[in-house]
Amino acid sequence: MNDVSTRETIARVYREESARALATLIRLLGDFDVAEEALQDAFTIAVTQWERDGVPSNPRAWLISTGRNRTVDRIRREDRLVRFANTMALPTEPVVMPEEPRDEDDSVDDDRLRLIFTCCHPALARESQVALTLRTICGLTTEEIARAFLVPVPTMAQRLVRATGKIRAARIPYRVPPAHELAERLDAVLAVVYLAFTEGYAATSGDALVRRDLSSEAIRLGRLLVALMPAATEANALLALMLLHDARRQTRASADGDIVLLEDQDRASWDRAQIDEGLLRVEAALQGGGAGAYAIQAAIAALHARARVASDTDWRQIEALYALLLQRAPSAVVELNHAVAVAMAEGPERGLLLADAIDARGELRGYHLLHAVRADLLRRLGRATEAAAAYETALELASLEPERRFLQRRLIELRRLDSSLTPAES
Amino acid sequence: MQYLLLIYNNEKNWMELPDADAGTLRDNYRSFTESIAKSGHYKGGNALQPTNTATTVRVRNGKRTATDGPFAETREQLGGYYLVDAKDLDEAIGLAARIPGALTGAIEVRPIMEMPAPVPA
Repeated sequence: MNDVSTRETIARVYREESARALATLIRLLGDFDVAEEALQDAFTIAVTQWERDGVPSNPRAWLISTGRNRTVDRIRREDRLVRFANTMALPTEPVVMPEEPRDEDDSVDDDRLRLIFTCCHPALARESQVALTLRTICGLTTEEIARAFLVPVPTMAQRLVRATGKIRAARIPYRVPPAHELAERLDAVLAVVYLAFTEGYAATSGDALVRRDLSSEAIRLGRLLVALMPAATEANALLALMLLHDARRQTRASADGDIVLLEDQDRASWDRAQIDEGLLRVEAALQGGGAGAYAIQAAIAALHARARVASDTDWRQIEALYALLLQRAPSAVVELNHAVAVAMAEGPERGLLLADAIDARGELRGYHLLHAVRADLLRRLGRATEAAAAYETALELASLEPERRFLQRRLIELRRLDSSLTPAES
Repeated sequence: MQYLLLIYNNEKNWMELPDADAGTLRDNYRSFTESIAKSGHYKGGNALQPTNTATTVRVRNGKRTATDGPFAETREQLGGYYLVDAKDLDEAIGLAARIPGALTGAIEVRPIMEMPAPVPA
């Protein structure tokens, strides 16, 4: 029946166009919640009207003008128009959107870019920025975001309500920041995108499928940013970094969900097309000079991706890049990564010296990977008893099941080895 | 849209400031106030007496209590405020960042609630 195909069309339009239509409606109506309601209204009308009159030639433009006019009508009916128009500067005449898709695409892109900057405004908490971006730019549902971040749905709903409420009440502007603020504001946007990516990529607990979607959404956002802001080198570098990490996704865990270390991954199964694109983007990002933190991390990921076998990895270069990253964006976690690279390039003793120095400062003492790194270096140096103690500490602090299984395996191997060397002790 | 810019600083530091520095600070405030008056952002503002002059009033179950001191004892105290007109939060944050007190303390930016104007029939 015709009904079926119209419904399918509506479902497809909903998937493909609702995030964009929402961005424009937010600009036109000046309010997140009013815009969401307008879009829902428009889809409700579409179900009957498209079945009767056929699908309009530009469904998105139709949804925007219907949603907008419908909202204006409803407000007028509720006799609140004057008050609403006072605060929102809303015109009182219905506006007919142009049916010409080409002209409009530019402004739709502008709307989305503006909306990203609104969602990632520094006056909102970081967790709200991420949630709001996924909700309004990527069109994820509140339930999906809640599942991805392992928080109860009401908590996530509350977080979103509070964020849109603050945007409205404090009048957080809906615009791309002026040039003198752009670099700083773009940093916040990139941080949100990268956080969404790592949340989907790093964690192996929770709903695996939703989390994988989160990484894909982050890559989509990265592509959108690069398309909208071609001059932003760091956006391109971040996209490269995500592509290069994501290319290894399939090989990072075994079929039963156990961690497979980088050196043991099946490099033939890495996504070559994605790596090639990532490598091109890294080069482009590095060419501008004055590489930022994402460009340096992407360059490190590129060196791993280039090595056809693990033993080909250029650890000296990676060590130098971590040293550079440490200058640009100093943190104890980067220092730990640098220590690992030093161990690979110059031997475990040198790496252990650096890792011990971090340990002595105490700030990463609650971080399981510090102890896992020390354990691994001690193991390689044949200091089995100290290695076992460090594995035990790491195990106490690790919370993700696959990481715990990995550490447990290492500990058992070590004890087996140790007892075979000194059977009297066991 | 109007915003209240609340200036929080450690008032002890202010009281212990050498005269010359206090003079400079007063000059900085004066020129800031003049500049935002000229640009049309300024709606009002005052410096406050220190918190040892503050009284906090509560009414519970119809019973009024007044206690000595500010609402919350914190390391930094509300020392003054500006009421400004700004087109959005970004502009308000821009003004807040130019307040001399932002260099040593913190400025809280609070949008003023808009009451609907009475509508002629």
